[in-house]
Amino acid sequence: MAHDIQATHGNGGHAAHHHHPDYLVDGKGLKSWLFTLDHKRIGLMYLWSVLFFFFVGGLFAMLVRLELLTPKRTIMSAEMYNQAFTLHGAIMIFLFLIPAIPAALGNFVLPLMPGAKDVAFPRLNLASYYIYVIGAVMACSTLLLGGIDTGWTFYTPYSSTTGGGVSMMTLAAFVLGFSSIFTGVNFIATIHKLRAPGMGWFDMPLFCWGMYATSLIQVLATPVLGITLLLLVMERTFHVGIFDPRLGGDPVLFQHFFWFYSHPAVYIMILPGMAVISEVIPTFSKKTIFGYRAIAFSSIAIALLGFLVWAHHMFTAGMSLFAAAVFSFLTFFIGVPSAIKVFNWTATMWRGSISLRTPMLYAISFLLLFTIGGLTGIFLGTLSVDVHLHDTYFVVAHFHYVMMGGNVIAFLAGLHYWWPKMFGRMYNEKLGAIGAVLVFIGFNATFLAQFVMGSRGMPRRYYNYLDQFQPLHAFSTFGSWILGLGLFIAAFSLFASLRQPKNLPNNVWGGKTLEWETATPPITHNFEVAPVMTHGAYDYRSEEQIRKEREMGVTH
Amino acid sequence: MSQLSPTVESHEPQPHGHSPFLQHHFTEMAQQFDAGKIGMWLFLVTEVLLFGGLFVGYGIMNGRHEEAFKAAHHHLDRNLGALNTVVLLVSSFTMVMGVWAAQTSQRKKMMVYLSTTLALAGVFLVVKYVEYSHKFHEGLLPGKFYAHFHDEVPGQFMFFSFYFMMTGLHGIHVLAGMAAITWLLIRGAKGHFSSEYYVPVDLVGLYWHLVDLIWIYLFPLLYLIQ
Repeated sequence: MAHDIQATHGNGGHAAHHHHPDYLVDGKGLKSWLFTLDHKRIGLMYLWSVLFFFFVGGLFAMLVRLELLTPKRTIMSAEMYNQAFTLHGAIMIFLFLIPAIPAALGNFVLPLMPGAKDVAFPRLNLASYYIYVIGAVMACSTLLLGGIDTGWTFYTPYSSTTGGGVSMMTLAAFVLGFSSIFTGVNFIATIHKLRAPGMGWFDMPLFCWGMYATSLIQVLATPVLGITLLLLVMERTFHVGIFDPRLGGDPVLFQHFFWFYSHPAVYIMILPGMAVISEVIPTFSKKTIFGYRAIAFSSIAIALLGFLVWAHHMFTAGMSLFAAAVFSFLTFFIGVPSAIKVFNWTATMWRGSISLRTPMLYAISFLLLFTIGGLTGIFLGTLSVDVHLHDTYFVVAHFHYVMMGGNVIAFLAGLHYWWPKMFGRMYNEKLGAIGAVLVFIGFNATFLAQFVMGSRGMPRRYYNYLDQFQPLHAFSTFGSWILGLGLFIAAFSLFASLRQPKNLPNNVWGGKTLEWETATPPITHNFEVAPVMTHGAYDYRSEEQIRKEREMGVTH
Repeated sequence: MSQLSPTVESHEPQPHGHSPFLQHHFTEMAQQFDAGKIGMWLFLVTEVLLFGGLFVGYGIMNGRHEEAFKAAHHHLDRNLGALNTVVLLVSSFTMVMGVWAAQTSQRKKMMVYLSTTLALAGVFLVVKYVEYSHKFHEGLLPGKFYAHFHDEVPGQFMFFSFYFMMTGLHGIHVLAGMAAITWLLIRGAKGHFSSEYYVPVDLVGLYWHLVDLIWIYLFPLLYLIQ
């Protein structure tokens, strides 16, 4: 990294005497939002949308947990239960987890970080949002079309022969794929072509590296899901025969196609989380990130290796032992770049001056929860152990630790971290911290119990269960209430701040990346004067330290 | 950052000495051009992967039902398939010439080459229409609509499932390409393109070559299997 000179930006952060209005008030009325090409406004529209669907998906989760409080019927019929967990999964994956960090937070900060005025293709960006809305409406309309109870994975032949809403939901996922691809294409072109003068690839904030890796997967994997879902719709409407065993097709082929996208999609969900954590930890440790290049390259490694492990979802579905062994080995292997990141974040905190503000509390939660989620993934990637654990609550707990403990917690970290920049207002720190702690406690109560149940043989997706599992199920359900309360408090502390006046300094956290150099909230064109990068992204050395090092002839 | 030379040849007014087509968030045309090219290449990658799914599905099902696929492909008309291959290859050539004419600011030539490309795309679709109506007539239809009875080898419907899905998806891409070329012709008629600004022509050209390339693979796969 080139950290020679201290920051000497054109405007030095004193934008106050210029008179450009901030992006929130630059252009009034509904139309100025609906037709905006400003990445920050599009990011906000995405933010409200994904938060809404997080709420809806969360509501279904609470209903599912409530139903599982007792071994027999609690509040709903078995048919409704199947629909509830399917909608929980489909909404959370396609409408929240995938767009949450890239399209909402990323849209806002990704162009600011390299000092750009906007993303490379602003119209494509707006199109991405509207395609998302269309996909969301289609997904919701399945409720009116007889519902869908296949689970979010749409496994054939069940999905190709039953249910009124399956075609609509698969088409919705197909449409949502375009929205995701558009975001990916936009970010890759932005990172390649719109970095500020003086900002090399290794001067970029690590968030940009994470987004770059995510975008690669979005572009390379999503089309395969698209064609898979189209084939499923074709199978349902024309009986083309590819997935239906009665017609000479192969249902396991669907699983291969599906996971060829959906396993990389897991990394579409976790890499942005890692990207956020790489920003939050140095800022709240007041320390240069440890192992910049290792973190950057491990993102790319995860993106590429992520394409080679899909069949570990199908160890019990019938495949050659040799193939299974190869996929098992590759699955272990992908743990390496993830571990590299965790060690580097920990090393960044070591001897740092840590301030436990809310974003940092979430970041530390992330480290703990993601590590548990990652390590239990190794259990499932082990061939012999997977035979025992496949399709049990152990799997459910594992992917919730990665998806929720990883992506959702990191999303909350990022939301609290950039909220002041987005709105110029500070959330209530005490409530934010209480929310973060409750989320951590509630999350562990909900899902640790599921690891135990799963290892004892409780199958996933069952409506009724043996009495012996009830204490653990009840424990999990109580945990989900704590988790819900924590999220509610977090939402309250954020939304309540919107009633305050905008009165924050440009750099509330003392961050070193470019988004903190511009006005809070930023002006429509982001920077009064196009920034020139003169220091590394995480240069936390004091002026004195820099001078000393220069005198001693230390070069980095 | 370097400004473009003020001698830009264009019919639009140029208030600040730079191209009227330069978007506000780019500092120069070259940067905007590069970004557009990256975007188009990424889009082409997604297209390859989209068709890739169908190709893999075809390959696997062909392996499982070899006899049926071999028997079924005899119903296709090789001559018409070959004719369409030549039509698309020539259209790719005229497209290249169109891009070259735009790059060298030869507007009239560009319009002629682009119109020829559009016409050839039309010819392709007409030939495809003749082929399709023949198949419809014979009952050689995908999936449950297959109505070609008394086959010696059973299970031929699946070949036609793939035939219609693959050529159908390709046909939609030809239509999209025709729409894009029409848009180029309208803008070309307004005098938008010159050696200073020809990005859209270049990008549509890239797309058209991919549409052509996919057909180059479809033709032997569907018409010439042994």
